[in-house]
Amino acid sequence: MTLLSVDHLCVRYGAHEVLHDVSLSVERGEIVTIVGPNGSGKTTLLRAIVGAVAPYAGTLTRAAHLRLGYVPQRLHIAPTLPLTVERFLNLPKSAPKPQLQEALVRTKTTALAKSQISDLSGGQLQRVLLARALIVQPNILLLDEPTAGLDQPGAAEFYQLIDTLRRDTGCAVLMISHELHVVMAASDRVICLNGHVCCHGTPEHVSSAPEYRALFGTGTQGALALYRHEHDHSHSHTHSPHDHHHAHGHPIAQKEEAGL
Amino acid sequence: MFDDFMTRATVAGLGVAIAAAPLGSFVVWRRMAYFGDATAHAAILGVALALALEISVFAGALAVALAMALIVSGLSQRGYAMDTLLGVLAHSALAFGLVAVSFLAGVRLDLMAYLFGDILAVSRMDLAVIWGGGGLVAALIAWRWSPLLTATLNDDLAYASGINPKREQLVLTLCLAITVAVAIKVVGILLISALLIIPAAAARPFAKTPEGMAVIATGIGALSVILGLQGALILDTPAGPSIVCVAAICFALVSATRLLQRP
Repeated sequence: MTLLSVDHLCVRYGAHEVLHDVSLSVERGEIVTIVGPNGSGKTTLLRAIVGAVAPYAGTLTRAAHLRLGYVPQRLHIAPTLPLTVERFLNLPKSAPKPQLQEALVRTKTTALAKSQISDLSGGQLQRVLLARALIVQPNILLLDEPTAGLDQPGAAEFYQLIDTLRRDTGCAVLMISHELHVVMAASDRVICLNGHVCCHGTPEHVSSAPEYRALFGTGTQGALALYRHEHDHSHSHTHSPHDHHHAHGHPIAQKEEAGL
Repeated sequence: MFDDFMTRATVAGLGVAIAAAPLGSFVVWRRMAYFGDATAHAAILGVALALALEISVFAGALAVALAMALIVSGLSQRGYAMDTLLGVLAHSALAFGLVAVSFLAGVRLDLMAYLFGDILAVSRMDLAVIWGGGGLVAALIAWRWSPLLTATLNDDLAYASGINPKREQLVLTLCLAITVAVAIKVVGILLISALLIIPAAAARPFAKTPEGMAVIATGIGALSVILGLQGALILDTPAGPSIVCVAAICFALVSATRLLQRP
């Protein structure tokens, strides 16, 4: 059953077209990962799906009674705002006790319930955000770079948690990730985005696709692949959509990526 | 019971405090302090217009404050550099308002009353307007509390929960304009922001939840009104500024205590 489908979506910020003719769908229970360089429109795509940006053209279709859990890329709470984890989980609607307990237990955040959000570490906050997304008992989870800012064991643990959740509750997952080695291991399908869908399919298919290799280099087993792709190549849609070859052979790490 | 001018003043001050404290909490959380200033300063232009057109000062101030609040709110959603823009708008509005007032014969002497309030002169009619407006603001915020709070945390999180953050922003904008219009009589245009921000800031260290902060801020606001008025009576000081002084002293005491407690 298709939970969510995006058809020929275009999104513009002013005159700048961020997404062009993007189509994808998510089926029940599958893990789909979106990869792509910075500025490729990944976050914009998720924002369009939750309704935070209006499509310029194209349609977004949700299955009837779709319950959607969303984990934003980051949550910055002003230090002037006192907020406990428990209160946060009850926003905007107060959550039924059993659902609340289950979300806390699944994300191992029960001990944090009385903590102030501002006192949490990056990994704890990420699990609390996930807990809040679970309150509605979602049949699809949207995660925007859920492990950004976590160290490698922390990230591995988080993906393990996602996998367990999918297995236990059967919810589908649509996530953005930069960690290609994890993506390849943990996803059913991968969508390579760069303003448009460059290529998509099983991890094996995508990692061997020339479009993907042009963006991320040839090595997919290591995170180093990430450092190899040419970052600032323009992707003009007036050219052939798969014209990435000029991006080959740039072994120099981009400065901002080296800090990842 | 409203025969005594002190009673009327106290009741008027409390009417503003119940609106200003919870609204002020949102102003603090959303970093809208300058936004409050711009809206309040625009109100002097509204006062001038109301006097010129011989309509109610409350209505004139409300209309112009609302117009300014909508402009600022619209610009903020377009991503302008807000601190500069608000600085420009807040002070230009005040300057134009003061110039406009100077064209009106006879009003110049009353200017101080609009800038710093004239709480000891509130009439029964003023009381009705203040409690009507203050009550409306408190009720609006109570009604929209959860969506407002969600939208304050994160726009995208709000959208994902089916809340439109722009609509919630509009609610706050409307509340701000009403609060400004009813508070002119009490603390005056220049000190309205103080009544929004200081009680909320003083309440922050005591609060564990947003609701707690709004309630404590209301308490501090009410206390400031009562003590400020009594102080003004005893020391023969201007009433509006005295109220703000008490709130500021509360804030200073709270902050000092916090500093001393820190290991």
